[in-house]
Amino acid sequence: MGVRVEEHVILGEPEQKKLVTITVDGKEIQAREGENILAALVACGIIVNRYTEKRNEPRGLFCGIGQCTDCAMIVNGKPNVRTCVTPVKAGMVIETQYGVGKKVAVND
Amino acid sequence: MIKKEVVVIGGGPSGMAAAIEAAKRGAEVLVIDSNQKAGGQLFKQIHKFFGSSAHRAGVRGIDIGNELLTEAKENGVEIWLNSIAIGLFAGKTVAVEIGTDDEEKQVVTVQAEKIVIASGASENVVRFKGWTLPGVMGAGAAQTMVNINRVLPGKRILMIGTGNVGLIVSYQLMQGGADVVALVEAAPKIGGYAVHASKITRAGVPIKTRYTVVEARGESRVEQAVIGQVDENWQIIPGTEEVLDVDAICIAAGLKPLTELAMMYGCRMDFDPVLGGWIPLHNHNMETSCEGIYVAGDITGVEEANTALEEGRLAGIDIAEKCGYISEADSEAEKAKVWERLDGLRLGPHGEARMQAKLHQINQFKEAVGGE
Repeated sequence: MGVRVEEHVILGEPEQKKLVTITVDGKEIQAREGENILAALVACGIIVNRYTEKRNEPRGLFCGIGQCTDCAMIVNGKPNVRTCVTPVKAGMVIETQYGVGKKVAVND
Repeated sequence: MIKKEVVVIGGGPSGMAAAIEAAKRGAEVLVIDSNQKAGGQLFKQIHKFFGSSAHRAGVRGIDIGNELLTEAKENGVEIWLNSIAIGLFAGKTVAVEIGTDDEEKQVVTVQAEKIVIASGASENVVRFKGWTLPGVMGAGAAQTMVNINRVLPGKRILMIGTGNVGLIVSYQLMQGGADVVALVEAAPKIGGYAVHASKITRAGVPIKTRYTVVEARGESRVEQAVIGQVDENWQIIPGTEEVLDVDAICIAAGLKPLTELAMMYGCRMDFDPVLGGWIPLHNHNMETSCEGIYVAGDITGVEEANTALEEGRLAGIDIAEKCGYISEADSEAEKAKVWERLDGLRLGPHGEARMQAKLHQINQFKEAVGGE
């Protein structure tokens, strides 16, 4: 379970950001506008972002700087969004990603 | 295609230093950075730096980061954020993908007279049973969470590795309010500086040398870690296993240079375990075997922010000279001053191996490519 660090011995208080609501797998949570999506999720204790394609194994925060893709989720219908480097916008709809996410049918 | 005199790939300490040195002598400089803010990893380095006063000892990484951003702005350095260099092609052309993952991205190409690849490094992993469980993460990831995102990635944490990253991040997790349960180090000795290690032991956190992680346990997230003692052959001694209740396991097992762009362009490479693996060869001016392609910072061998800054300065000064903004004599005099500081940073028991490795890298360049 994550916890927000409001007071810090060196950094002081965090930058004030507007509180907004986002939806994660159908449930509304509070986030701070502009913070990375992953930070908002970890602060709420949500640490599984996706399940792998072949073995259905859970994945979560691993590199935290957009290199590893373990934290990829579906954001506003778009799969493979690296939540650790994508800022929160009010009203975002976020879903746990299974495999490579929803595929768009090309030949239909 | 967009044309720029100088393109710097990566806005960390080395890239920003190169950009500032070139821009303040008159060059037109564009920095391409994949993050929402330039400064690389400096903004998570909230501890005071080491060394002598010439090396900014006692100054925190975040303050150096802010100074670099101010200086870059004052000197007219253009910075593209959320922009990733996805390719480097013949004729010094960079392909750049712009935008965050939730947006429609745009790809543009930029052609430059001189390019600095300052792409940095990525964290190494240690593989053990259960290492893919959520809750197992890089130490750098944990540091980003607590110091940048201001969210604790766990409440009870096991740290693997006691190099300076393992030690400093453990302490910073404690400053953020986490309980660091233990640090394990497979080697017989703590890897990082004693001054960092003693801050941790003073707080009562055990640093267990000759120990390593055996397993991460948990259903869909880390609930326990198993550690055990290792023998001379790095094998777990049966019966020494201990089970720790933790919700996060951080891996601090060193870094490796991000060399893809240099390799893609055809820069001559060398393998050096001391510097983190494959590295591009370069001369005293940080120029690679490809004319006009420079490297600086962790891509040239993993060191720390101060050496990265100095290497960036060398590249920036040399580029200013080659683009005709300063004379060769002035350039040589200024680079000599930088080299003096760089040599100073590579002294002592922690720097000696790096000093030799960097010397070897430059000598290999002379053998393979020729020149000064």
